[in-house]
Amino acid sequence: MNTLLILFWEFFKAGLFAVGGGMATIPFLFDIGERTGWYTAAELADMIAVSESTPGPIGVNMATFVGMRVGGIAGAVTSTIGLIAPSVIIILIVITLLDKVYKLPLVQTVFSFLRACTVGLIANAFLQVAVLTFFDGNMNILVTPLILFAVVFVLINVFKKVHPIVWIALGAVAGILIY
Amino acid sequence: MTEKENKTTLWDLFFSFAKIGAMTFGGGMSMLPMLQRECVDKRGWATEEQMLDYFAIGQCTPGIIAVNTATIIGKKQRGILGSLVSTLGIVTPSIIIIIALASLLIRYSGNTYVQRAFAGIRVSVCALIFTSIINLGKKADKNMLYLMVTLGAVAGTFFFGLSPIAAVIMTIVIGLIAHFAQTRRQDK
Repeated sequence: MNTLLILFWEFFKAGLFAVGGGMATIPFLFDIGERTGWYTAAELADMIAVSESTPGPIGVNMATFVGMRVGGIAGAVTSTIGLIAPSVIIILIVITLLDKVYKLPLVQTVFSFLRACTVGLIANAFLQVAVLTFFDGNMNILVTPLILFAVVFVLINVFKKVHPIVWIALGAVAGILIY
Repeated sequence: MTEKENKTTLWDLFFSFAKIGAMTFGGGMSMLPMLQRECVDKRGWATEEQMLDYFAIGQCTPGIIAVNTATIIGKKQRGILGSLVSTLGIVTPSIIIIIALASLLIRYSGNTYVQRAFAGIRVSVCALIFTSIINLGKKADKNMLYLMVTLGAVAGTFFFGLSPIAAVIMTIVIGLIAHFAQTRRQDK
């Protein structure tokens, strides 16, 4: 019961402060893992991969997965409701004032700053996965994943229309063959 | 709109959004075309322009864009109950699919091949996140102040253990100060 309450509260905070959609929740998930010890950064990276490869909003998928890991099915439902509760409440309030609030110069300025902050926060999430992926335990740089990264990155940017699931599948096959 | 309101049942809302949740991969912007097809073309719940407005609002309110859009449309069609039903609709398929997959993955996580596959997958995730950072950076307003906020957010959270929540609150304060500094300059 206690775990469920903590799960709800942690995801409620993530839902309240992650502005800019699913990707923006990633840095909050790293933060939760670090503070609670529920999962390691490596485990979270795997959960992100699964969430990108299954249907539905990525943020919801990640919350469900983390909740499932921490507290089973009840945990999965709790963390998802926790994540979406703040936005449902806020939207229901905002919708009545809708256009007026959204077009206020003050609100516009604050949100352009928030967009800049979100890019920084996602970059932080990237660095956390990158440290795990490209360095070994003694902080020596690993060449194989770095080459694979370069290949996948180029492919993603050449074939822009291809769905992320393809790149994740490619990574899985390469991992089984190379490592 | 009023006659449409009478025709839309809660079940319609739930079913439409559950379908979108079950059939779109990739989240975020990749869900826009599906939402448009269902809500604008098929159901007539919103116009094209309204959809874009909802997306903009969804993007700058906290939370997940597709979920926020579902909440708005549900509210417009059937009030608060409608918004709750639509929101539940869009998350239900995710919950079911992930619960099924997670129990499988947790059971087989010790398997060598599964571990090697995930080591490779992690590299792809890196590349995907890196790409979305670049795309977000391209779309962002370009100006020294924003760049400093971005760099400050990375440095603060990665090197100095700043929590993302603290970073967001600090950014809101900076945004407010910037706004009032700007209006004051214009007044003079």
